[in-house]
Amino acid sequence: MTLLIKFAIDSIVYILKGSVKFYAWLALLGFLSLIYFFGLYQQLVHGLIFTNFNDQVSWGLYESNFIFLVGVAAAAVTVVFPAYVYHHKQLKSIVVLGEMVAITAVTMVILFILLHLGRADRLWHIIPGIGIFNFPNSMLTWDVLVLNVYLGLNVICAFYYLYKKYTHQPLNDKFYLPVVYISIVWALSIHTVTAFLINTMPARPMWFHSMMPIKFISTAFASGPALIIIAFLIIKRTTALKIEDEAIELLAQIATWCLGIALFLAMSEIVTELYPSTEHSFSLKYLLFGKHGLSKLVPWIWSSFTLNIVAFLLLLNPNFRKNHNKLLIACVMIFVGVWIEKGMGLVVPAYIPTPIGEFSEYTPSLFEIMNAIGAWALGLMMFTILAKGAIGVLLGEISYDSEAVKKSDCDKEPLVCHSFCPGHPSSTGKEK
Amino acid sequence: MSEEKKEIAQDIHTSEEDKNRRDFMKDMGAAALAGAAALLTNSDDAEATSTWAEFFQKNYRLMTEEEKKDAILRLEQRYSEEYGKTVTVDGAPPMKDVLFGYALNIQKCIGCRRCVYACVKENNQSRNNPEIQWIRVIRMEKGNFSTENMDKGYPAGEGDQTYTNKDYGIQVGGNAYINAGVTLEGQHYYQPEQVPEKDAFYFPIQCMQCEKPPCVKVCPVRTTYREPDGIVVIDYNWCIGCRMCISACPYWARRFNWGDPNLPAQEMNPKTHYLGNRPRMRGVAEKCTFCLQRTRQGRYTACVEVCPVGARKFGNLLDPGSEVRKILDRKRVFRLKADLNTYPKFFYFID
Repeated sequence: MTLLIKFAIDSIVYILKGSVKFYAWLALLGFLSLIYFFGLYQQLVHGLIFTNFNDQVSWGLYESNFIFLVGVAAAAVTVVFPAYVYHHKQLKSIVVLGEMVAITAVTMVILFILLHLGRADRLWHIIPGIGIFNFPNSMLTWDVLVLNVYLGLNVICAFYYLYKKYTHQPLNDKFYLPVVYISIVWALSIHTVTAFLINTMPARPMWFHSMMPIKFISTAFASGPALIIIAFLIIKRTTALKIEDEAIELLAQIATWCLGIALFLAMSEIVTELYPSTEHSFSLKYLLFGKHGLSKLVPWIWSSFTLNIVAFLLLLNPNFRKNHNKLLIACVMIFVGVWIEKGMGLVVPAYIPTPIGEFSEYTPSLFEIMNAIGAWALGLMMFTILAKGAIGVLLGEISYDSEAVKKSDCDKEPLVCHSFCPGHPSSTGKEK
Repeated sequence: MSEEKKEIAQDIHTSEEDKNRRDFMKDMGAAALAGAAALLTNSDDAEATSTWAEFFQKNYRLMTEEEKKDAILRLEQRYSEEYGKTVTVDGAPPMKDVLFGYALNIQKCIGCRRCVYACVKENNQSRNNPEIQWIRVIRMEKGNFSTENMDKGYPAGEGDQTYTNKDYGIQVGGNAYINAGVTLEGQHYYQPEQVPEKDAFYFPIQCMQCEKPPCVKVCPVRTTYREPDGIVVIDYNWCIGCRMCISACPYWARRFNWGDPNLPAQEMNPKTHYLGNRPRMRGVAEKCTFCLQRTRQGRYTACVEVCPVGARKFGNLLDPGSEVRKILDRKRVFRLKADLNTYPKFFYFID
């Protein structure tokens, strides 16, 4: 227990030490995240009246970010899966950073859900035991369940790994590996259930198709690795942590092929809907071409398609992928492209027209935009802190040096011995 | 046609609405302080105590008779203080062997919207910012099927003046370019001098009180549920405002209190029901409840009472002698969006 407290204190001390640039970055994010808390307070006191939601379009910017971030959280599996199923060495050494992305993304999901709720003060009504958890009827309860369990799994995986590395103890694989494998499968469940949340409502024909879960997963496995690559490239430039090119190359390939699949699914959806062109395709028609003179979303969706298609074509070229400056540009394109596709291309148009055929457009209010920026700033701040601590442990700069570390453990059980054990051949430079 | 039927549709005074919005913004600061004070205060202030008790109360359906009584008493005190008149909150349970049903004669409806405003008056909806109405009357254009529209939208063919060889291409079929005859493409903001209009018919919609309600299924906290008399109700005190029900409803029947409802004290109807027309709070969903504060006492709904042409019929679907039962047995009846298997208890019919 004292060891655990020491771990926490050492980590905090390490994280707090930083350059002026680091402090300026945190201060900026800290200031922006105050906007989030101010906005949330305003909503608690006055309701959602400052948003541009209405009875016609009752979901918007908050819910778009919620769905997008569930995808980012699920996409952490693109780091964990190759590391532990294919034993990809280069990814295995930084797998904990992927888990930090997942932890941050799920936390941001919760931040956006708090903004989304009309009565965030009554959130306890959903807690089983003291409230009513309408399980298994309500798809939202499934989503609550899978997201919270996923958060828990990632917290366990990440902090257990870091703690063991900090204390130079070997990982107990009988405990650690099952949790890792469960979290891999669980990652798919969070985006699948989030897709089921919206595609099980025939009242919204644009969402009502069985392709939704796989489309969610494919777009998430494009935008998620793109974001992780961006994070890795920044970490590579700003810290001493070595991130191998092979790790980034694998993520770039995953992003490329999943983006390709996502584009194929988008094409399938458009053909299926527009060839017969029934009333149920009004939303898609409005999104792609505008309808009844209303066309606010048209430039957005076509810019999203353009970004995604161009990024896909560029990434097909291995030389482009391997140049990290160019790769960064493509990753930003995917990230922005998929974000637009999830918000302006998926959440908003499903409400236009309404079930009774009314076309009513929606643009987020400044209040909504500021709150969303605040939530993203809070998320970035959280990731900066988590990543810095994790990198400190990975680099051995946060480390518990004591005689308590028993070299003999490694000798007794060489199978569970990991590269960071003091007695491990790789740490002494010898190869087995 | 009688004078009565040519009723001029009521207008919404938008200038007044703007003024109220400004007042609302002005009062915001004060309200924030008052709200914070109410939460922080430790005094025996009746309002603060009732707010706390209300905050921690259970879902209405799961309350014991005693708890229900307490909850109702708390509300009666709070509302009476707030609106400056004696407000009663009824907790009448559903009657035995009763399943409420509604039938609307679209042949008779003249689109006067008296039902809309009678409903607002009866059910204590927010009057402005947000303005909430549970009934909407859709104006359906007869012109969609007019002779001159009938062949519009065909691809250019031999009979067409602009016909050229180039037009052999994609075969899109008749009426492809305009939505001729598309149902539910009417609109509910019509403001004519007089109703009924020559080239329109009217299609009122409200909560269909489905037997298999999609809104109930998606609610994560079971705040909305079907009562044994067939009415889908909401415990406004339990709703977390997630708006899943609003997305799931195929009839656009649910409304949301985006801000604090604005209900002037003098317009407030003091005869309320816990699951019906009692004043709502911000951040919760609401919808038509077949006026259960009236119908559970054997009265008609406000919309049935006010309809000048007798287009609206209401009664017990289980009683062979009831008017609504006779309509279902004898008239040409249909349900809206029957393909969704929601089994509405709101029927449309023609003579």
